[in-house]
Amino acid sequence: MALLVLRLHHICIRLCRRPTFGLLRRHQNSALSSCVNAPNILIFQSRNLAARPYSSGKTLILTRDDRSGSLDSSFGEPEACAGTIAAIVTAVGSGPAAVGIVRVSGPGAVEVAGRVFRPVRRQTKVASAWMPRSHFVEYGFALDNEGNVIDEILAIPMLAPRSYTKEDVVELQCHGNDLCLHRVLRACLEAGARLAEPGEFTLRAFLNGRLDLTQAENVGRLISAKSVAAADAALSGIQASFALQGGFSALVKSLRMQCIELLTEIEARLDFDDELPPLDLNFLIDRINAMSHEVKQALETSSYDKILQSGLQESRSKISLSVLHMLNATSPNFVFSTSSQSDRAIVTEFAGTTRDVIEAHVTIGGIPVTLLDTAGIRETEDIVEKLGVQRSEAAAMGADVILMTISAADGWTDDDKLLIEHIMRNQKQLSTSSTIPMILVINKIDCAPSIMIEHFDIGSCIFKKKVLVSAINGRGILELEKAVLDVRGLEPILSGGRRWTINQRQFDQLIRTQEAFSRLKSSITGGLPLDFWTIDLREAAMALGEITGVDISEEVLSSIFTKFCIGK
Amino acid sequence: MLLRLRPMAATTIFFPHFTARPSSEDCLSLRFSFCKSLVPNPETKFRHPLRSSVPRLNLSRRFATAAVLSDGKDWKNGVAAASEERYDVIVVGGGHAGCEAALASARLGARTLLLTLNIDRIAWQPCNPAVGGPAKSQLVHEVDALGGEIGKIADRCYLQKRILNRSKGPAVRALRAQTDKREYALEMKKVVESTPNLYIREAMVTDILVGKNDNVEGVSTFFGMNFYAPSIVLTTGTFMSGKIWVGKASMPAGRAGESASYGLTESLQNLGFETERLKTGTPARVDYRSVDFSGLEPQHGDDEVSWFSFDLEYHKEREQMCCYLTRTTKETHQLIKDNLHETPTYGGWVEAKGPRYCPSIEDKIVRFQEKESHQIFLEPEGRSVPELYVQGFSTGLPERLQLALLRTLPGLENCLMLRPAYAVEYDYLPAYQCFRSLMTKKLEGLFFSGQINGTTGYEEAAAQGIVSGINAARHSSGESVIVLERESSFIGTLIDDLVTKDLREPYRMLTSRSEHRLLLRADNADSRLTPLGREIGLIDDRRWNLYQLKQSLISEEKQRLKTLRISGGDFATEVGRLSGQPVRDFSTLESILKKPHVNYEILDRFGYGNRLLSKIEKECVEIDIKYEGFILRQQSQLQQIISQQHRRLPDGLDYYSLTTLSLEAREKLSKVKPQTIGQASRVGGVNPADITALLVFLEANRRRVNERKTQELLKSSPPDADETDETTSTAPVAEIVSS
Repeated sequence: MALLVLRLHHICIRLCRRPTFGLLRRHQNSALSSCVNAPNILIFQSRNLAARPYSSGKTLILTRDDRSGSLDSSFGEPEACAGTIAAIVTAVGSGPAAVGIVRVSGPGAVEVAGRVFRPVRRQTKVASAWMPRSHFVEYGFALDNEGNVIDEILAIPMLAPRSYTKEDVVELQCHGNDLCLHRVLRACLEAGARLAEPGEFTLRAFLNGRLDLTQAENVGRLISAKSVAAADAALSGIQASFALQGGFSALVKSLRMQCIELLTEIEARLDFDDELPPLDLNFLIDRINAMSHEVKQALETSSYDKILQSGLQESRSKISLSVLHMLNATSPNFVFSTSSQSDRAIVTEFAGTTRDVIEAHVTIGGIPVTLLDTAGIRETEDIVEKLGVQRSEAAAMGADVILMTISAADGWTDDDKLLIEHIMRNQKQLSTSSTIPMILVINKIDCAPSIMIEHFDIGSCIFKKKVLVSAINGRGILELEKAVLDVRGLEPILSGGRRWTINQRQFDQLIRTQEAFSRLKSSITGGLPLDFWTIDLREAAMALGEITGVDISEEVLSSIFTKFCIGK
Repeated sequence: MLLRLRPMAATTIFFPHFTARPSSEDCLSLRFSFCKSLVPNPETKFRHPLRSSVPRLNLSRRFATAAVLSDGKDWKNGVAAASEERYDVIVVGGGHAGCEAALASARLGARTLLLTLNIDRIAWQPCNPAVGGPAKSQLVHEVDALGGEIGKIADRCYLQKRILNRSKGPAVRALRAQTDKREYALEMKKVVESTPNLYIREAMVTDILVGKNDNVEGVSTFFGMNFYAPSIVLTTGTFMSGKIWVGKASMPAGRAGESASYGLTESLQNLGFETERLKTGTPARVDYRSVDFSGLEPQHGDDEVSWFSFDLEYHKEREQMCCYLTRTTKETHQLIKDNLHETPTYGGWVEAKGPRYCPSIEDKIVRFQEKESHQIFLEPEGRSVPELYVQGFSTGLPERLQLALLRTLPGLENCLMLRPAYAVEYDYLPAYQCFRSLMTKKLEGLFFSGQINGTTGYEEAAAQGIVSGINAARHSSGESVIVLERESSFIGTLIDDLVTKDLREPYRMLTSRSEHRLLLRADNADSRLTPLGREIGLIDDRRWNLYQLKQSLISEEKQRLKTLRISGGDFATEVGRLSGQPVRDFSTLESILKKPHVNYEILDRFGYGNRLLSKIEKECVEIDIKYEGFILRQQSQLQQIISQQHRRLPDGLDYYSLTTLSLEAREKLSKVKPQTIGQASRVGGVNPADITALLVFLEANRRRVNERKTQELLKSSPPDADETDETTSTAPVAEIVSS
């Protein structure tokens, strides 16, 4: 309850900054209505050809099929961006916040949100579509596509044009933890929204006439830089490394290849029927079923939530650091300042006699890191202390990187030597294929004369890196962060959560693919001719494309020509 | 003849020339209004038979130029201007593109001159004697729907007709006709010769005459004639600096036995056009009488013949001929492997690779070694000629080996070769140099069509021909040119691909090139394009009435099926059996037709069909109903695409100044100069981020213009109204760039 109050308070503040008039507008069928009123630019119906030449004197003709009277032929001003997009717009990955927001924007925003959001006040009339009043907060629940309650949320509809993007926008305010947010976002994606590209809300805001001209070039630069980076990232190493670690990427790639292959098989027969062996339909159907099954399984078993959690706790994008230090040897304060966006600093504070492993979450270079601060490890007879030491050892052995902190003032002590030997012994016993890299952190350099520091050459073969820091004045912290990333072989990523975003995007792709496959299967069972299969296969291949909008025709064609012997 | 000619009064009237006319096509409407005021309406004095039936179209059209020679009364002037003839449109080349272009132009009322190297070779089919096939048949149907000729001639001269892909879906169902190549050329020549406003002359064009404002003024010929016209259509085929190869031997020729055309390439290059070279080939012809067909698999035509043309007048059945199927043998493969060094590609004296979809037999054997045998089709070339086209057997081997190679094929053991296989190399102009109207970007009034744009195939040529013919006529009369959007038709897709994509092999239309083919079917080519053809002026009243009758029959029938309900009975049982789905009581016929494996024939069989409808119309009804869901889905997708992609890009956009674009995109876009965002997105090397950057630029530009306008408005009017937009300024503007 306390949380709810807090959120309401938060909304009040937000609303105060917004215009507070409650103009009541409209209905779910926004897709068409948004483009009806604008001046007719395209000459869609050829009959108007002579009457309405293009403003520039050029006549563009898209002839309408006279036989299909069902579609409205009047056409609006071309929209810059089509489709409904959704994304978490509050910071992700920087630890739990009280409230997080999922924003849905686009002509179908109300429709999408209506599928996810069930207002409390109208619980009885589930069947009717959600018809929100603009700028009017509603309380209710977020549901997944099976109707299970995911979160207790507030929905704030902001109907076009009075919204940030000047499109219909619905913001769903959820509980701030990542899991809730991602579940709600997932529900939105499943309800028909597409995951927003980096900066896409702002892009739409600009293209739709929000934001002033001075911001124009900046937006352009930002967008192109970001999407290029995203495309690069998608194409290059990050995906590869993900594939190794069991993300969706490998699956997405292989599914796409299979789609292209099947398209090749079918389309080759469409163009060069008499020159090719007949198509084995059963084989085709088997392949399609297998692919569809694969997608389904990926979406179910390696469940999304699990991926999220693993992203937060396991080694994929996460490093656990074990900080070892000698009892009484280190400063009680160890400061890890994450220099990225937030100035948040994690300070773990404990007395030397603490026996527990203390966990803290920090972000280094965009990668979430779990910090495990352990008690010192030493030979001891005391039972309680022994327990603590065991825990420390376990934590150290399970970590990705071990940081050994020693005090510059005290220098390399016998105890330190013992500790290292102990750890080396343990590592050998475990006989794991790879030893855990260790970094020597020499703290308190502010207290020691520089000459002293140079003496810490001992064990340079054991430690991959040596970093000098001062927890008091923050010297060397950046170097330490860099050392951690270097040792783990990770490139720092530009904005937090990029890795996660890629995973998210692939998940999005898989959902679209699943939809295409289910349509494809109904085409097959409905006895539709082969050409209809290509429509959804093509869509699946497009959905699985690494960059949306890439033309696959040429790819299919060249595949046809390399694979089959064709020609007159 | 003289009756058709224009009165002398018109000779002195020319187009008003602007001193500084921008080279883009965008000023045409301006010129239009100019002409209107100056030119007396010649239609009152001249009206040709077809057009008299379409009076509405004539009113706005007048062609200002006239031929001096054409007026019999003024001989003195005639002699003085003997080397100076004036037309509205000049079409260079009498192939499949040239014929369509010349016919369309003349039928629109433009005085049109067709210049060809050899009048006896008009509409010749130098390669396979066939029209149509997958994707190509769509082009033929579309050309016909616009009022073109190719479909009618193919319907008139077919030797055999088959529907391909019959069971694979309505969008890929394709009609292919084997044609009588002599008859085809003869019939087309007859049409060309008898079309009013169309004049034919044998000539080799060597030069393009250019006016002061980068506009074409005419052409000059090898023998020193100048012909003048504000619109020129070049359809040079394989003739520009053509060179044919048989083995290592080569000679200059456009086709075997026909001289190539020289000088035009250089002329175009001097005008700043980029030319390149392409290569294609044709297989050997053997004597029909020397082939033993007894062991070969015959391929018969369809019992029930289908048609290219929507014009029922041309639906006249004739006796069909048979094609035959044979296969390559071990001996064939061995002979080729032994003599690979004698082929141009593997011998290494020709670098240019042939098209991927049309590989030579040696290519097939080298690249697909695991295949033991390849299919070879034997197609008759006519009823009165003994020639047999050996499809799938083009080769670069020298002539001395060709007969031996042919004789390795079953049935051809004792065959006689009439013509050897040869390859031809020719100049073409990469089509990025054209707008989608097929007018060149460099010279106003110059149009390219057919193989000069890098395509291959009669159908592709005809499709471009009709577009350039229409636009040449419209341009010469000052009307705006026409562009068929990619999403509108296969013609549009073809042209969009040509002018946008980087092509390195002859372009052939293929089914898989069309993303929206479910909407661009053969059966609806008329309902997509005939209204446009009517608008343009190529569809006469008779055709138009025919069309309207058909459409009303179809829509009435759809309505009938929607309302008529049935319950139980033999019909329901049969439908249930066929579809494997139960038939509910009071089902509409529409819902029954939607069931799998149920087609209109079953309705007919049980007496629920409509006897008023022809087979074609029933098929249309069936497709519309059966695939309604898919069609609607595709349509809504198309609408989305249109709303995104049809944003216009300014003509003179300096891409190099847009630093937000990638370097590659700047380079490619500067070269292609796309007209819309969608076109830009299809240019190779342009990625989605570049498109976003373009959109942002467009929007910023639009606002700058608006701002300037507002300021000018404020300056000119007293500052009484403060026009700040309340609604847009109140919502929060600051925002984090998210996700």
